[in-house]
Amino acid sequence: MLLQQLVNGLMLGSTYALVAIGYALIFGVLRLLHLAHGEVFMVGAFAGLMVSIWLSVGPLGALIGGLVVAALLGMLLELIAFRPIRHRGGNYLAPIVSSVGAGLVIQEIMTKLFGAEQISFPKQFESVVYQLGPIQVSDTQLFIMGIAFTTMFALHVFVTYTRLGTAMRAASENIEVASILGINVNTVVLLSFGIASGLGGIAGVLVGMNFSSISPFMGTDMATKGFAVMLIGGLGSIYGAMAGGLILGIVEVLSVAYLASSYRDAFVFLLMILILLLRPRGLFSAGIEPGR
Amino acid sequence: MLSGYWESVITFAGINVLMGLSLYVPMSAGLISLGQAGFMAIGAYLSAYLTKLGVPFPLAMAAGALAAGIVGLIVGAPALRIRGIYIMILTLGFGEIVRVFFLNFTPTGGALGYSGIQPLTEFYWVLTACAIALVAVWRLRHSRMGRAMIAIHEDDLAAEAMGINLMTVKLFAFSFGAVIAGVAGAFYAHQTLYIDAQQFDFARSATTFLYVVLGGPANPLGPVLGAVLVTILPETLRVVQDWRMTFFGGLLVIAAIWRPDGLLKPLHSYR
Repeated sequence: MLLQQLVNGLMLGSTYALVAIGYALIFGVLRLLHLAHGEVFMVGAFAGLMVSIWLSVGPLGALIGGLVVAALLGMLLELIAFRPIRHRGGNYLAPIVSSVGAGLVIQEIMTKLFGAEQISFPKQFESVVYQLGPIQVSDTQLFIMGIAFTTMFALHVFVTYTRLGTAMRAASENIEVASILGINVNTVVLLSFGIASGLGGIAGVLVGMNFSSISPFMGTDMATKGFAVMLIGGLGSIYGAMAGGLILGIVEVLSVAYLASSYRDAFVFLLMILILLLRPRGLFSAGIEPGR
Repeated sequence: MLSGYWESVITFAGINVLMGLSLYVPMSAGLISLGQAGFMAIGAYLSAYLTKLGVPFPLAMAAGALAAGIVGLIVGAPALRIRGIYIMILTLGFGEIVRVFFLNFTPTGGALGYSGIQPLTEFYWVLTACAIALVAVWRLRHSRMGRAMIAIHEDDLAAEAMGINLMTVKLFAFSFGAVIAGVAGAFYAHQTLYIDAQQFDFARSATTFLYVVLGGPANPLGPVLGAVLVTILPETLRVVQDWRMTFFGGLLVIAAIWRPDGLLKPLHSYR
């Protein structure tokens, strides 16, 4: 029973991790709390839905659809809502305002396009359940975990071994020094938004497959949890976000199973506050100053 | 006389001005809260519960504000250990915890919401409260406590070295803000006559944050201007009917680019 809950928690947590990695990437390079990231996640889910309905390309096609559309949207947001403020040397709080504005716009457009109700996400799998010793896993769950962990591994390879990945890490260490060393900071920031938003899009499609329904308001809840995950892991730390996501998923599933299910979201944030009190920089600090 | 519609718009604008000021106070000590809706919820639920028991409205409001202030002390305590963006997300977590609590707390309706609250909010009392809060916040700048807050905002290490007790000042700023939010919550509950936990969600805290940052976080009139704009604009944008949130969101983006430091400049730059 406990083992089964752990597996369920890992699956839920892997989607949290994908969203939180997006926050961590953007926070890493820009020290920016991107309040429209939940909306990007939601648009990714809808893009996956449309692709799988119109083109009937199966689950991988839906994922790629969600990834591409979300990545483009994320980069568009950077160009319209964030870069102009940076170039005017604005207050670090101003981009948060414009991200709220952008989020409102996206949410209303999506509500107008798809209605405010829950929309069912078409079944992608046969719902075969495999019995692995004491635990049961459905093909959907295997797919979700497989994709989430593959994506995280790919990201790890990218930031560790490629030139661009190194540039991204350098920029998140210190964006001014990186710029002096000849790194095109604007490209790196744009790329970070693309990758972060693409991961959010993948997470959106995976969540759609998991719960078989999506709505224009699904991003809000994910956004607040994504923040919690990034903090638990450590600000701007990609690996912290991965670990934090899995921890949060497991805690949430366990609190539903063994404690009061209606208080599940409260447990999640209580855990976050507790971790903050014990380790004010999160579990895996990236050494980033939180600012004042 | 004003029509009922405008009276209600002004009332909500006034409640939002109070919310803006409730965040302005901790922000002027460098403490950014994304959980002001939690304090508002405490003021709203407690005062509504008391007036339903027959307690006079002013007394119920005071109780709600006091409770919010005490909770503010508790939430503010960890803020001594953590800073910056961590406080934002810690308070965000606090707001969510309060929301989930009232969602499940059956004595005040739980998930069904709390209905049957008496219509006790008069718009001139809301405006009076706004005026009092604004004067208090304005005068605070020139008090010993207010100057200590500004010093902490600039550099808390230096402030501490100058003998300012960080704990007292930060806790004061946090709970003073929470008290104002509690008052706003009491007015809100007795204006809408029905409250449920979803009305005090993260979106409300984020909007409160907008009032201050949009209006100008270094000027007490900033949150007032921000709150009035954010409340009135979507109303007047009814010309564009169905797309008003899109227009409003677009205006926010433009305002952030055009005036990244807020619409109103810091007070001292006007001298």
